[in-house]
Amino acid sequence: MADDLQTITGHRGLVMEEPLIFEQDAPGRTAVDLPEPPDVADRLGSAVREGPIGLPGLSEPQVIRHYLRLSQKNFSIDAGMYPLGSCTMKHNPRINEKLARLPGLAGIHPLQPQSTVQGAFELMAVTAEWLTTLTGMAGVAMSPAAGAHGELTGLMTIRAALEAAGNARKRVLVPESAHGTNPASAHMCGYSVESIPADERGRVDLAAFKENLTDDVAAIMITNPNTCGLFENEIIQIAEAAHAVGAYVYCDGANFNAIVGRVRPGDLGIDCMHLNLHKTFSTPHGGGGPGAGPVVLSEALMPFAPLPYVIREGEGFRLVEHAEDGDGAPYGRMKGFHGQFGVFVRALAYMMSMGADGLRQASSDAVLNANYLLARLSDLLTLPFPGPCMHEVLFDDHFLHGTGVTTLDFAKAMIDEGFHPMTMYFPLVVHGALLMEPTETESKETLDQFIMTIRSLAERARDGEVDHFKQAPRLTPWRRLDETTAARSPVLRWRPDLPQAAE
Amino acid sequence: MLAAIGADSIEELFKDVPAAALLDEAMALPPHAGELEVERAISVMADKNLHAGAVPFFLGAGNYRHHIPASADHLIQRGEFLTAYTPYQPEVSQGTLQAVFEFQTQVALITDMEVANASLYDGATACSEGAMMACRVTRRSKVILSGSVHPHYGEVTRTNAQFMDLQVETLPADPFGSEDLAGHLDENTACVVVQNPGFFGQIRDYTELAQACHDAGALLVMVVNEVVSLGLVKAPGAMGADIVAAEGQSLGNPLTFGGPHVGLFAVRERLLRQMPGRLAGETVDEDGKRGWVLTLSTREQHIRREKATSNICTNSGLCALAFTIHLTLLGEAGFTRLAKLNHAKAVQLADRLDVLEGVEVINDTFFNEFTLRLAKPAAAVVEALAERNILAGVPVSRLLPSDGTLDNLLLVAATETTKDADVDTLCTGLAEVL
Ligand SMILES: Cc1ncc(COP(=O)(O)O)c(C=O)c1O
Repeated sequence: MADDLQTITGHRGLVMEEPLIFEQDAPGRTAVDLPEPPDVADRLGSAVREGPIGLPGLSEPQVIRHYLRLSQKNFSIDAGMYPLGSCTMKHNPRINEKLARLPGLAGIHPLQPQSTVQGAFELMAVTAEWLTTLTGMAGVAMSPAAGAHGELTGLMTIRAALEAAGNARKRVLVPESAHGTNPASAHMCGYSVESIPADERGRVDLAAFKENLTDDVAAIMITNPNTCGLFENEIIQIAEAAHAVGAYVYCDGANFNAIVGRVRPGDLGIDCMHLNLHKTFSTPHGGGGPGAGPVVLSEALMPFAPLPYVIREGEGFRLVEHAEDGDGAPYGRMKGFHGQFGVFVRALAYMMSMGADGLRQASSDAVLNANYLLARLSDLLTLPFPGPCMHEVLFDDHFLHGTGVTTLDFAKAMIDEGFHPMTMYFPLVVHGALLMEPTETESKETLDQFIMTIRSLAERARDGEVDHFKQAPRLTPWRRLDETTAARSPVLRWRPDLPQAAE
Repeated sequence: MLAAIGADSIEELFKDVPAAALLDEAMALPPHAGELEVERAISVMADKNLHAGAVPFFLGAGNYRHHIPASADHLIQRGEFLTAYTPYQPEVSQGTLQAVFEFQTQVALITDMEVANASLYDGATACSEGAMMACRVTRRSKVILSGSVHPHYGEVTRTNAQFMDLQVETLPADPFGSEDLAGHLDENTACVVVQNPGFFGQIRDYTELAQACHDAGALLVMVVNEVVSLGLVKAPGAMGADIVAAEGQSLGNPLTFGGPHVGLFAVRERLLRQMPGRLAGETVDEDGKRGWVLTLSTREQHIRREKATSNICTNSGLCALAFTIHLTLLGEAGFTRLAKLNHAKAVQLADRLDVLEGVEVINDTFFNEFTLRLAKPAAAVVEALAERNILAGVPVSRLLPSDGTLDNLLLVAATETTKDADVDTLCTGLAEVL
């Protein structure tokens, strides 16, 4: 192996070293040829900028190279299997991108006269209809920008309904396996958060739940399928108990991909649930967004949904932007304008492409793939809760005990093998969690290669090859990065006086 | 695969679902369709809309039409950016992380602030996060919201505040940029939130207000919803702002009917620990090579749960990437020229409109958007012009309907995309309908 070859440039074949844009500055250079501004007497008043900003000047080829070289340092679903549990890293069809760029969709302004954007309202309404049909719910608040924003929207809707009934209540019950956004959203909605333990089956402990369920509980936030990859099989009893004391059932729909077309949350007693369009409905994750988190709602909650919303009126559509223009009692507004419209376009393109049959097939395949991993790995890895699982499978780090290898080491060794690691250390209910979500995207061949890799790694760990893991990753352009130093003395921006790129 | 699993059918894998809730056949929705059919169906909807490129177009109000360089839109569609997620594994995410680090630096530079985060959802939610953050920092509960702030930003802030037991004192709409804010400060004021240029287009120097806020133990939160203005207008940091909440759509991102966009968020370094959102920070790898990681996550929900500074997780990554690529293409020379061009186009537009019968420009100052007072209610004028295929601007009443005094006001914006012929058409159209 020639992997210790030192090159003169620092580049290594196709992997190019790339300095910061600030280190490539040629003052005065620009990649955009703009016309000379007409000479006018300015109307800026006295608050004008003085002195340079400090932005670097690059040429167009330099900029293209810069971002192309950066892109080559990313793992992506386009490049390989990305079994990041809870994130549904499925294939992102390019037809979605093409359609989102149609001038009639990308080039319209949210405050144009409503008569000039009827097609956009239609697109929102049709998307909403697909979502309410798939979930079996009465309606949907389309404006939330992501899952967490949807949680906040759902809880605020619940709070508004409770306030209208005379008492906002005080507490929200959140299973300990819940994603961190759940308690954070409950707090932002003014509730105190109470954690409900999981039982030995990895589900909400029904007895503990009932014990905590008093008439000052506003809602339980349940995730179903839950973050252990398991269906909450007592969901109907949970919902009945909650409803009996006048509490609502919020469902975190991050894992909806497991049940699309097979189970409607509305049939499970759920009052309110967000959907992550960037997970279940194939819109790209974009390196951390944008997403969209529409919230489907029951009949009882619909009147309190936030502004704005689209209604059908005669032959056309109308956007209700102010409380006085509609029948409901909206509690407020979550976002500027009308929601993540560009994400709706992509999600609708996906739903239309898949159709009722394809969506059901996708969830079936996602569940099949996860159970295949479970079946082929559970003799070597440790399974905290027995299957079948839904669309993701949770292992814990028992199989690593005594080997000196941690979950993190194990994950880094997967990187050398060309896989993105699974989600680690989440959910918190098991020690050293490894949560794998293959999605329907992966073929049996890819899964078999993945399984073979994981099995070999597990055996190497058991055989005491600790060094292999501690050194990993070795084949990436960067080795393990020092997160402690990054946090202890944060450097969050480039400054001219900082040390330059390593030569 | 089923054999390996030991199941007879897929149905067996769903055995934990209560039987009554299991559907045994496909739902009553259309069946799968090929690209051609999907493209046709969605194009039919797209074709029903009048889009900005097709007609004279003068809308703004927080969402601006700018030219997006072809290379920016090309680069964000590279699968390595498009189909990656949050850079949790830094060894295989340096592309995203370095781009975020550069983005944070650019945002800090144009706002003249010390640190910026990796993005929030949009300008409106950034504004709300800014106000909440000021309350945490000062341990006070009153937010003073200037009449210069975009009405949606105000609504989002009030919506979030109402459940956090915070009070928002919203001042009346301020078309003339003449409100007195310092007079509202008291010992319970956490912050004053202003927008510059204001919703009505006015530009103000808030240096004195910043001082007054600080003297009262409060913070100044400054909203910017047209970031191109920062190429010409005095930066928030230079005025003494403590928190900047901006909408970044103008760079790299199309109108797209108002979303997805990108919230920019920048603060003073001393406030860092109360900042919401993700941050990329510089570090080194085991071989001592410079690299970047997500850092200071002890502020965030996945570590702190209900004690986090915000619930935000997925943010606006790809929109932030489009922003940073566009700004890199522009550079200092291009960005300042773009700002000058926008301003000059707006000045020319204002001069043409101001002389029309029944039209008055009410601003003494503005950047690329200003307010007209028309002889008639603006909403009806805009509708009449839309029938003539002119998208003339945003009637203030669309956003502030209850305040009858604003009915004749129309917001009009010009950018580098505004053509002289479009201005002619608007002037002719206005003369006809007024
Ligand atoms: C279970 C669960 N809930 C909520 C969220 C939050 O969703 P978002 O990142 O879209 O805000 C996530 C996403 O990472 C999740 O996995």
